[in-house]
Amino acid sequence: MAMHPQRKQRLLIILFILVVTGLAAGLLGYALKENINLFYPPADIAAGKAPTGKSIRAGGMVQEGSVQRASDSLVTRFVVTDFSATVTVEYEGILPDLFAEGEGVVASGKLGEDGIFYATEVLAKHDETYMPPEVSDALEKSAASRAAQQEKGSL
Amino acid sequence: MSISSTFHKWGSPRWFYQFSGKLLPWLAGLSLLLLVGGVIWGLAFVPADYKQGNSFRIIYIHVPASAVAMGAYMTMAIAGAIHLIWRMKLAAMVMKAIAPIGASLTFLALLTGAVWGKPTWGTWWVWDARITSVLILFFLYLGIIALHQAFENRDAAAKACAVLAIVGAVNIPIIYWSVEWWYSLHQPASISFTGQSTIHPTMLRPLMATLSGMYLFFTWVLLLFVRVEILDRERNTRWVQDQICGESR
Repeated sequence: MAMHPQRKQRLLIILFILVVTGLAAGLLGYALKENINLFYPPADIAAGKAPTGKSIRAGGMVQEGSVQRASDSLVTRFVVTDFSATVTVEYEGILPDLFAEGEGVVASGKLGEDGIFYATEVLAKHDETYMPPEVSDALEKSAASRAAQQEKGSL
Repeated sequence: MSISSTFHKWGSPRWFYQFSGKLLPWLAGLSLLLLVGGVIWGLAFVPADYKQGNSFRIIYIHVPASAVAMGAYMTMAIAGAIHLIWRMKLAAMVMKAIAPIGASLTFLALLTGAVWGKPTWGTWWVWDARITSVLILFFLYLGIIALHQAFENRDAAAKACAVLAIVGAVNIPIIYWSVEWWYSLHQPASISFTGQSTIHPTMLRPLMATLSGMYLFFTWVLLLFVRVEILDRERNTRWVQDQICGESR
């Protein structure tokens, strides 16, 4: 279908607007990447990309077996990992219900000169997986039996 | 029937009024059935989540509201482009009608997100890329409503709103991929169009019901709003006067 030249011109103007705004937004998003990212992963903190003594957020996964709770206060220490580096976080306060070892976490606070992250707030970051508890139990069981079988095979 | 005659028929407010009138009862019935049925299904019959327990059930409102809020914006931007290119009046009416509906859905998405965030993340609000870009979507909708009201002249208002709607459309892919492009607190999408969805089928089915129900609900309300706009603009024409008198008689 041949388009009326005037309409064709208007269509081109609209496409031009879309390309230019898309480009502007893309460049803006890229330039402000550091600010749009909600948190620094441990790898960036280890590489010295995160400022010390300034309010920032650190995020990653709580390392299995790393959570230590003080017996006489609400102070908790745990290690956050992104599987390439780790950062130790110290926090005093109540942790969210979904906080657990092996789960995602975003802590806000300050990175001390000693390399420990002193958090003032800890948020739980959950993933996009939803399933009934029975399914999760069954998955765990089958993973465990597979691991046992592999062990048998290696013996 | 040729493409151009279909186009002209769709551009006729009178034809649209009569055609949409036949769709209304179906849209109303089906959307309420899917929304109410899906919510009851999701709240009472689906098992709780292995990690989040019952908190996750707000997904049956949160995801449909968010998805349709974004879909509505794209519809509004496309209607704006059609109005700019072909000067189709009906497209301008659709654009004007979508803004308040989209703003309400975006508000609902932000509200249910906050209510969901408190028990799971531990906070009502965080300035991450996903939540902030959805807040921008809310302000875009409000901006379109305000811009429309700032003009005395209806055509000038429609043109200005169309340009704003098209420029703002750049925000939609940003919302969608924000959780992939930047580190955020919000998790990535659970429903995948290309691969395996990460939400268990028993939980996904009622979500599909409320999601499609919300799309139909949006279409229903949109048609109602556009019909009111048609009657208002064409109130001096013979067919509208016949229609109104015929209905009240």
